[in-house]
Parts: sequence; C-alpha cells; structure tokens
Amino acid sequence: MKRRKLGRGVSIVAAGMSSFGVFPGKVSRDLFLDAYLEMIGCVDRGIDPKDIEAIYLGNYSSDIFEGQGHTAPIVADWIGLTPRAAVRIEDACASSGVAFRQAVLAVASGAYDIVLAGGMEKMTNLPTEKVTDALATAGDMMFEIPAGFTFPSFYAVMATAYASRYNVGLEFLKHVTIKNHNNGSLNPKAQFGQKISDLMEAKKKAAAAKGKPVPEWSDEMAFLADERANPTIAWPLQLFDCSPISDGAAAVLVVSDEIARSLTDTPIHIIGTGQASDGALHARKELTSIASARLAVEEAYTMAGIGPKDVDLAEVHDCFTIAEVIATEDLGFFPVGEGCRAVVEGKTRRDGGKPINTSGGLKSKGHPVGASGAGQVVEIWKQLRGVAGERQVDGGPSIGLTHNVGGTGQTTVVNIFERK
Amino acid sequence: MEQSGVITAALFEKSIAEKKLLASKSRSTGELFIPARPVTPETVLTDMDLVPLSGRGTLAGFSVVAIAPSSMLKAGYDRKNQYCVGIVKLEEGPSISAQILGVDIAHPESIKIGTSLVVEFIERGEGESKGVALAFRYNA
Repeated sequence: MKRRKLGRGVSIVAAGMSSFGVFPGKVSRDLFLDAYLEMIGCVDRGIDPKDIEAIYLGNYSSDIFEGQGHTAPIVADWIGLTPRAAVRIEDACASSGVAFRQAVLAVASGAYDIVLAGGMEKMTNLPTEKVTDALATAGDMMFEIPAGFTFPSFYAVMATAYASRYNVGLEFLKHVTIKNHNNGSLNPKAQFGQKISDLMEAKKKAAAAKGKPVPEWSDEMAFLADERANPTIAWPLQLFDCSPISDGAAAVLVVSDEIARSLTDTPIHIIGTGQASDGALHARKELTSIASARLAVEEAYTMAGIGPKDVDLAEVHDCFTIAEVIATEDLGFFPVGEGCRAVVEGKTRRDGGKPINTSGGLKSKGHPVGASGAGQVVEIWKQLRGVAGERQVDGGPSIGLTHNVGGTGQTTVVNIFERK
Repeated sequence: MEQSGVITAALFEKSIAEKKLLASKSRSTGELFIPARPVTPETVLTDMDLVPLSGRGTLAGFSVVAIAPSSMLKAGYDRKNQYCVGIVKLEEGPSISAQILGVDIAHPESIKIGTSLVVEFIERGEGESKGVALAFRYNA
C-alpha cells in the first residue's frame, strides 16, 4: 500500500463528552455544548475559544431524528463560534470518526492551526420503530432493505456466517457483553453503566418488590441466555448483543504540533489515519470480515509505521457484539477465527494483553451514532494521558487506536494515537 | 442484448416486479453483478450486458427478525410472526439480499448455512405498500 503522510504533525490537546443516555430536555445542540465546555475546560494551559478556526461535526441524521437539517452552523452558533466555517459530515455511524479525520487533514494541510472536531446525535425523541427505520437508511434502501433487513439482522447474518465458517457456538458473544458492561460500570458517562450481575440483582429486587416470583439465574451467562431477561431482536442477536438508542455528543480539539506544546505538556499525537468504503453487505467476498476495516487499518498502520502488536489498547465499533469480535480480527490483533476465543479467554479485558473498549464501548457507554466515533477518541485521549480514572489501563499505554464503522462497513475510519 | 446505458438503480425493483432475476455481466472481466450495475469496478468501464440468472443458490448468512421495520410490520410481521432474511449466494457467483421461506422460523438453530434455495417472487404487503418481493425458498 502507498504510504500516505500528513503534511505536518497534528495533535489533540483537549477532549470532552456529554453523558450518553436519554435526555428528554436536551436537543443535539445542548448536548454538544456539554461536550464542548468540558473540552475547553481541560486544555492544560487554557485556550481562548476565539482561537478556534473551524468546526467539523459528525451527525448522522438530525433531519430524521429532530426534523432539523443544516446542523453544523446551528451548533456553531449555539456554542458561540459563528462565523467560523462549520462543516457537517455524514457517514452513518462513522460520521464523527470521519469528521475527526477531516479535521486532522485540515490542520495537516496548513489551512488551519486549531480546529474543533466532534459529533452529536439526539435519537430518543422517536419511538423504537422509527429509529429502526432511520438507521436502516444507512443500508441500501433500493437493494438491501426491501428484503426485510434491519441493522441488527445485518450483523446477525455476519454472526451466523462466522459460527458456520469457524464451526463455533455463539456463546462467545455474551462474553463481549459482560466485558463491556464491566468496563462501562467504571465510566460515569455511560448510558448502561452497570455490570450484568448488577442488572440481574436489580431485576430480582424489582420482581420481589412487585410480589412476583423472583427469577433465579446461576450466573451472568445464564441471565443472558434467558429469553425473558434478554429477548431476541434478530436471531441470533439478543437485546444485550445490541448497542442502545442514545443521545450524546463528543468534542475534541485538534491542533498543529507546532502550537500543541504551548497548550499542554502532554499532547496526544495522531500518527496514523485511514479510511475506506465498500458496497452492500451481500456484495462482499466475505461475511466474516469487513474489507473496508482491513483497508483503513492498513493505511493507518502504514502511515504510523507500526503494526497491530504495537497497539496498547483500542476502542472498536461494537454496535453489536459480533462486530467487536470481527473488528479485533480485522485490526490484526488476533488471527481470523480466533477473536471469539480471545474474548472468552479474557485477552480483551482491561487487564488482558489487548484491552478493547475500556470505555464500555458502544454497547454499555451508548451509541448516539453521530457522536460515537468522537467518543472513542475521547476515551483513547484519556487513557493515553493516564486520566481514565477507575478504568485506567495499567502500565502507561502509549499507543491507542479507534475503529469506527458506518453501516455494515460501507465506511470504516481508523485513527492511531501516540503519547510521545 | 441491453447495454450499460439502460441500467439504472430502479431497474432492480422493476425487474423484481416483473418476476425476473437480472444480473449485469461485464464484457471486460466476465464478472456478474446483482442487482445489475452499469460500471465494472475492476476496470471502471461502462461495459455491462444484462443476463438472466437461474434463481438457484445457497444460504450464506441469515437472521430471524423479531423486531421488524415498519415496512415489514405493514406486511403483517412482528415478534409473534417473525420472518427470515438472508444473503443468498447464487450458483452463477454473485450474492443477493432476500427473504428466506420454507425454513423453521421457530427453530432458527436448525437453519443451516449452505442450504439449497430457489427463487420465489412473493406478493407482500397490503394496499399502497403491496408489491412483489424477492424471496428464496428452501429447496428440499
């Protein structure tokens, strides 16, 4: 692969996010303000917001979710940053991973020195059926969706193909759920920041309080196997295999290396970035790997001059549990067909050899689709600076990676970060 | 034989409505594509001809859907009346998304990848949403 390089060095000097969850009183501009204010407040040596020169915002569909188009200038105005150039980027669930990448490329080009990147989504105004329909428009409305596909069922197809190809049962998916909820329980901004064991106990208490028979589950796996506690959404995927419907926003301050050191002693450098596209799921050569992810990460690794062994931790796009396992193979962390074993053996836990989704991932933290990619960057920024609190990975990680997928892999964007 | 110029995105829906399974065949590579597309990706040439497919294939991946989208709710599907959707690898090579019929919806674990299927054009929906949908049936 051709080795691409940035025109000059680019760093992150601040990052923030709103809480992810259900916030009836807030629209997307309110959520983005929360993220932006946290970001501005954590520049080590402070920054005058007037120095921000441009804004790149990821947003999937404020049009459908909120009845509001042209969101970028509206948000720019709300946070007080008009008349700066404000750009909205839509690549489905990869919108803000791509917006972040475009901000990096804009700074690398020399056009700007200080750029605000981020994303937001307000999904919970609509009933589930309408959200399902809105998300389906990230698939091909002429060639895929008429068959009866929903997003969970696309990923369910990958799960059935994976189980068949590698001749494995699908119990391993439940280990992804349990791990990501364990991580999310240590993230105060997570939408479902409870361990599965805590959810079990809560259900038992609720049943007892209502005078109903108290359900008995021997362990978390038994709870997740119980169709009443964990109903099927699109077989074989159950409710706890799916990321939730969420509101949220995330913001990152992207600057040239030249000025990064004047703002902080600990900038996080962007050492690699890559992105690729693809067609409908049915047109892929394989259903057990996402080709655009393999291309995007190869581009990013080549730029960074590193390989998968050098990555200390990663936030990957676990919109569904099977997606995390496939991602860990596509990124080269584990050989094909072995991602399922790696999660069962604990290799992707915070204390494993390759921590994945220390934030709780989209599964536990929440998946406000247009904010999720930038939210991943926030987590890597915290981990590499050693400020991730109770969920901080030991050993001073220095290289982190984000993997953000749009649709079923029609878009994948990968970014690699280093604390030097 | 028809040429690339007549291959529009709407051709797929139109051909399904006429109960035809049409692919495009690249003159530069010989590769087949369904839905028919006007451009050969490998050579980036608009050099396609339309060809009919046999309608025989095998199941490459599937799901049984409990939470249906509104289009399928209108067609009478829901948690109590679930349906199977999947990707079918056609015997000529390319694959396509379709509803899968004749499989045991109540026991999805019994549905096997590699199962033989044959095309069936079905009437689906009521009133304005009524139309022909692409499906494949278990081929015993």
